[in-house]
Amino acid sequence: MLAHEFMRNAFLAGTFVALACGLVGYFVVLRAQVFAGDALSHVAFTGALAAAAAGADIRLGLFVATVGVAAGIGALGRRARPDDVVIGSVFAWILGLGALFLSIFIAGSSGSDGTAAVRVLFGSILGLSAGEARLAALIAAAACVALLALARPLLLSTLDPEVARGLGVPVRALGGAFLVILGAVAAEATQAVGALLLLGLLAAPGGAARLLSDRPWHGLALAAAIAVGSTWAGLVLSYEIESLPAGTAIVAVATAVFVFAAARRALASGSIRPSSIEA
Amino acid sequence: MNALTGISLDPVADFEAVTEFPFMVNALWAGTIVAVLAGAVGWFMVLRRQTFAGHTLSVIAFPGAAAAALAGLPLAVGYFGACALGALGLAAVSRPGAAGSGQADESAAIGTLQALALGLGFLFVNLYGGQLASLESLLFGTFLGITSGQVQTLLWVAVAALLALAAIGRPLLFASVDGEVARAAGVPTRLLGAAFLLLLGLAVAATAEITGALLVFALLVTPAATAQQLTARPGLGIALSVALALLVTWVGLTIAYFSPYPVGFWVTSLSFGLYLAVRLGVGVGRRWGPRAGPAAAIGAEA
Repeated sequence: MLAHEFMRNAFLAGTFVALACGLVGYFVVLRAQVFAGDALSHVAFTGALAAAAAGADIRLGLFVATVGVAAGIGALGRRARPDDVVIGSVFAWILGLGALFLSIFIAGSSGSDGTAAVRVLFGSILGLSAGEARLAALIAAAACVALLALARPLLLSTLDPEVARGLGVPVRALGGAFLVILGAVAAEATQAVGALLLLGLLAAPGGAARLLSDRPWHGLALAAAIAVGSTWAGLVLSYEIESLPAGTAIVAVATAVFVFAAARRALASGSIRPSSIEA
Repeated sequence: MNALTGISLDPVADFEAVTEFPFMVNALWAGTIVAVLAGAVGWFMVLRRQTFAGHTLSVIAFPGAAAAALAGLPLAVGYFGACALGALGLAAVSRPGAAGSGQADESAAIGTLQALALGLGFLFVNLYGGQLASLESLLFGTFLGITSGQVQTLLWVAVAALLALAAIGRPLLFASVDGEVARAAGVPTRLLGAAFLLLLGLAVAATAEITGALLVFALLVTPAATAQQLTARPGLGIALSVALALLVTWVGLTIAYFSPYPVGFWVTSLSFGLYLAVRLGVGVGRRWGPRAGPAAAIGAEA
């Protein structure tokens, strides 16, 4: 399997992107900002299509759109925790813009280029060149380093904002910085797993880690491990099963881990309420 | 869609041009039904802060439609079946009134469900032989080719859903505004929450047929959010939300008819423009007005 260059590229990019998604995703879940992550992944779609419609580099559109919107919703929301109705209204419009750019792009391009929209929506981890894969790995690694540098104060301000503020931690600025990192990760991950499947790598590993461990540092490591493991397993599965797209396989494995974590939690707590078995 | 005749800015002539073709008449009827349903259900969704759940339901409509296409069934079967299943799934993971950690778990579960739905949708489209055109219309909708039969089905679904909403409306309002007190008063909040999610699923499935899975939101959230900026009174708010949804649907369909750009873009842009204008207006009014606007009351409730 690793004899194929496209598989080696997929593993290189996939590993680092998953690592970044797992780390960021744990905070996303802890801060109950899954909806913001969801919105950013859709923003990535519009940004990429806007760049494609204008003939610019897709990567540029991705980063400008997601980091810009992340900074915007961070600034608008109270205490840099955006309100869900505001997010909903803004991103319904942004998706409408995406539909506009898609129609401009399709009208302006030849038929063979029409697959670019599918690439943006659902990713093309198996179609990365060696250079693209290296760049993706580098950017994702940089996001990991940035997040780990902020991790301690961010964790404190997430778990107990009052105490953090009392200790002089800049809670608001940290929230904004976190959203910007989330935006950068969303932009980068879009190229690997697609705008629509990104949520699976953010929510499922983070949610599973939270269910499996109550200790924050332990959970953070667990989330990263689950994300990377799901990506590897998904890549192997989609290599073995021809009609299974890589994005679907990765998300399916991550979901399975989440369901397992929820079931384990329900059994361990001894109280099998219907609400905690289902996932 | 390029019209045969351009827009003339004469309302009567424009109305005649828009209603010249049966497909456009059907689209207007379908849009009207969907706007009424989405406006009313959306008002409760915004009040209950279930925007994320609503979005997830709309995303779940996509694999439903793709699976129906794959199995050779009518798309409506896929939309309604998937949304009903999705609503039951969401009801199972939802924890009404849970704050802090419960909320985090719930949103992680909803997000995971949504990502899985999208992954499955992509798989089905792939198995189907994935043509971009059909993928695009599943995700972003089309108002072309809506048949009279579809309009009739939509009408029955909408009437049934609105009757059900009217039947549970009063206790649902109570449970949404103050879950603790409602539970103490013997209102079955959990059951009501599940019933509401089912209704939301119905509304989403009906809307998704017209606007596509990704743009359902434009009619569900934005008109309702605009209405709640303007008034905190339930009856008036629902009426306003329905009126706004109708307005953006009609104007959006008409503009889309005369322009080369998709209907989804126009409907979302119009409703977002209205929302922004109202928010700014309410903000200015609150700063210089004699007393706090009704939006403050909604904010305090939530």
